[in-house]
Amino acid sequence: MKILVCISNLPDTTTKIKLNSDSKSVDLSGVQWVINPWDELALTRAMELKEKSGGKIEKITVITVGDKIAEPTLRKALAVGADNAVRIDAIASDDYYVAAQIAEYVKKESFDLVMAGIESSDYNGSAVGGMLAEFLEFPSISSVSSVELEGDNFVMKRAIDGGTETVTTSLPAVAIVQKGIAIDPRIPAMRGIMMARKKPLTVEAPADIQAVSEFVNFEMPQPKPPVKMVDAENVGELFRLLHEEAKVL
Amino acid sequence: MSVLVYTENWDGKFKKSSFELVSYAHSIAEQNGGDTIAVTIGNVAQDELEKLAFYGASKTVTIGGDTYKNLDSAAYANAITMVAEAQACKIVVMGNNNTGKGIAPRIAVKLQAALVSGATALPQSYDPLTIRKNVFNGKAIGYQQVKSDKAVITLAQNSYKIIDAAQAFQTEAFDAAGVETNTQVQSVDKVSDKLLLTDAEVVVSGGRGMKSGDNWAPLEELANVLGAATACSRPVSDEGWRGHEEHVGQTGKIIAPDLYFALGISGAIQHIAGVSSSKVIVAVNTDVEAPVFETADYGIVGDLKVVLPKMVEEAKKFKANN
Repeated sequence: MKILVCISNLPDTTTKIKLNSDSKSVDLSGVQWVINPWDELALTRAMELKEKSGGKIEKITVITVGDKIAEPTLRKALAVGADNAVRIDAIASDDYYVAAQIAEYVKKESFDLVMAGIESSDYNGSAVGGMLAEFLEFPSISSVSSVELEGDNFVMKRAIDGGTETVTTSLPAVAIVQKGIAIDPRIPAMRGIMMARKKPLTVEAPADIQAVSEFVNFEMPQPKPPVKMVDAENVGELFRLLHEEAKVL
Repeated sequence: MSVLVYTENWDGKFKKSSFELVSYAHSIAEQNGGDTIAVTIGNVAQDELEKLAFYGASKTVTIGGDTYKNLDSAAYANAITMVAEAQACKIVVMGNNNTGKGIAPRIAVKLQAALVSGATALPQSYDPLTIRKNVFNGKAIGYQQVKSDKAVITLAQNSYKIIDAAQAFQTEAFDAAGVETNTQVQSVDKVSDKLLLTDAEVVVSGGRGMKSGDNWAPLEELANVLGAATACSRPVSDEGWRGHEEHVGQTGKIIAPDLYFALGISGAIQHIAGVSSSKVIVAVNTDVEAPVFETADYGIVGDLKVVLPKMVEEAKKFKANN
């Protein structure tokens, strides 16, 4: 079996965001690029599944849509353990464009399971996994917090309001994963980093696809007024303020 | 231009968030001289459906049948897309929750439409359609411009108000049978009587400053008195002091209650990303330099061992008098 993990390359989530002077774009100079946290957990889980599968899962591929800046991130994914990496050489214009590009690749190669993080920490899209599934006409399970290989199928747990459901679906399928899918992201070991240099990273030309949206303007959130401190000896005052001033109680 | 709003129901009942969605859709429809059409999947009684008309739905399309007993993203997306096309709606609105995240992207592809996920306001303009949303986990605001003829919008929680806009009540059953489903539900594990974190208007949340999982009784009591849900920060759920379902933050649940109590939470950027849309944040911490005070509206510097029991006491007094 083969698993494809979709990777989004984005600024480290602790990056302080600055806008360019025209506010039409975000200033990304000097940022540290990382694997989207959810994608990193998806990759970690894919590796765990492969290792436990006794050879049944033979290959983990990672894919991203991006320019050369994304390559160190793909190398890191290879160092974590992916067998090969694919970069579709295009600027990730919007979710629709990215999903359509990855779908073209999946149509050429075959995968049993495609894993994607539920959201990317840059434009907070929550879109690529579901769109990819629709382009491919694959079933998709969203909000997945656990994936296990049982026999020849994957059993997944997904979050529902107030609980979880255990579900299966026909393969190939797309699993859109969230918290719980793996405990901690796997950190590449020295051996993995050495091996990653020799693993294939192929660059694919993009298909002719048009994006359907773009970000045209940005602004910074309004600065919050400073915190109002209440004396620890006078907690009653807090409830008075919440009731009379903030009007939330 | 008519707008289709997908109103999810929970065992045949709508929630406040359902009505917010209808109001949001209705405001868009009104600004464009169109109708607001609601669609719901599953069995909902007539008097419950009628509530949607009260907030602006001029027609409610119902889709029933066993096919849709469980959430199958492809089947749901298929049915909602068919309704959007049959009703000539160019904009489809739904919530940015588990269900919405699962089906909205699929509907967007079917309609060859852009998806704006987590919209936080009515469109800034309609020609071209430009919508505001949070980006970089709330560290900036972006305006996404739609270039396609149609659009799918998921609305961020608590981003719009409920507005009375009563319409004549009308329903229409839509036959979406014969759709193939692939998702089989083997078992369901659900806590039914607990207030959902994502629905709660007040949330009381504990962090590492609570010192131990054994210290949660007063926090739970405070939540009880205030009718609040309980939550925690990531270290707390990682330590196993509380269950993972309580974790709020960037990789946990994103919530937007009216009032959020951050008790013993230092306020790491990843935590704030999950709660920054709360209307009011109260922080209690021993360290006056804790970053949480940069985000909080009200703060108390003090030891929770002493402050938390006082909060319980004062909350009880407050509730007795109000």
